Amino acid sequence: MDKKKEGKEKAGRFQSWLDGETDIYAGVMETRPQKEYEPSPYFLRQQEKDRRRIAERVNNVEHNKEYRFFKRVYRVLAVVFALSFIVLLVMAVSWLPPVGQAANPDNNEVSARYIENGLQETGSVNIVTGMILTYRAFDTFGETNVLFIATCCVMVMLLVDEALLKKQGADNDRKYEPKNDAILQGMAFVLCPVIFIFGIYVILGGHLGPGGGFSGGAVMGAGLILYVSAFGFQKTQRFFNETVYKTAKITSLVMYGLVGSYFYITGANGLENHIPLGLPGHILSGGIILPINICVGIEVACTMYAFYALFRRGGL
Amino acid sequence: MTVLQAILLGFLIVCAVAVSFSRNLLNSIIIYMSFSLVMCMIWICLQSPDLAITEAAVGAGVTTILFFVTLKKIHAIQQEDAENRH
Repeated sequence: MDKKKEGKEKAGRFQSWLDGETDIYAGVMETRPQKEYEPSPYFLRQQEKDRRRIAERVNNVEHNKEYRFFKRVYRVLAVVFALSFIVLLVMAVSWLPPVGQAANPDNNEVSARYIENGLQETGSVNIVTGMILTYRAFDTFGETNVLFIATCCVMVMLLVDEALLKKQGADNDRKYEPKNDAILQGMAFVLCPVIFIFGIYVILGGHLGPGGGFSGGAVMGAGLILYVSAFGFQKTQRFFNETVYKTAKITSLVMYGLVGSYFYITGANGLENHIPLGLPGHILSGGIILPINICVGIEVACTMYAFYALFRRGGL
Repeated sequence: MTVLQAILLGFLIVCAVAVSFSRNLLNSIIIYMSFSLVMCMIWICLQSPDLAITEAAVGAGVTTILFFVTLKKIHAIQQEDAENRH
């Protein structure tokens, strides 16, 4: 019985020592603080001597033959490489077919079909947008994914913990900048609404005129950046924080994927496409182009703003 | 090629050379931004307004700001910091 109890106690003590709760040497062993390391004066003198000798040899540029030789060689090589590269590129350009001739290889049946049947098949007045977002929607989906992955990589490198950001103080990111700059705030007050409306117009009018998801999204992202640099992150976080960012970005990407897959599955299997093409020239036309443009626009605007916020502050 | 396009193309070359010869990083970023703006005008002359909008927003706007922020992070813009500290 006693033995068992002792064993149990020992095991309990061992467990508590393992967990770091008790220090079994505390009060039992004599402990002394360690002395700090002090190198001998001889050693210090020797070290200084060595350092000076190395510095003399390294910094003696005038009498160093190798250094002068390589300096000259590098200069000559740089010029030679640049010249040969220029010659190569100019030769490559000279072999290109002349611009705007009917016999050029880019003037084939593919572009002819895009131009002839583009309006009927995609319902988009802007042939470029119609081509990019319907015939080549899969390519554009890959590009949108590239943007998503790029922000993920920047986040991995630059994202700082939110608690740490709060501890550092709200004005840490603008320590060396004027706070509440009247000129900047006045200009942003006038310009931001115009920029946002222009961005939305460019996104929504992508199938009617120049523009599209990428350009409109970039314009909106630039507007967000202007707003942030004028009014600070606290005001932006009221409507655009990390949750909104995550939701918007992932929803738009998944929406794009779903719409694109639906379009492809119905097209590849000869099924009926239930998305109406609409009347060309109207805002609600162009089939899948308008929703995809909106998705790409949200994605790009989020990406632009996230790049800026992560570079500047380390968080959204 | 019209006279305007020739002037714009000449300005493009001047900008490209000036970026590589400028010692100050801040100056080269601003020259790069003007390069983008001239490029944007050339896109309009070449009848591709889609690209012009994108160039103006991304090339001249967002990229330049990202460069500025990076310079600030690596303390390449020293003068401003020193002035504000006093």
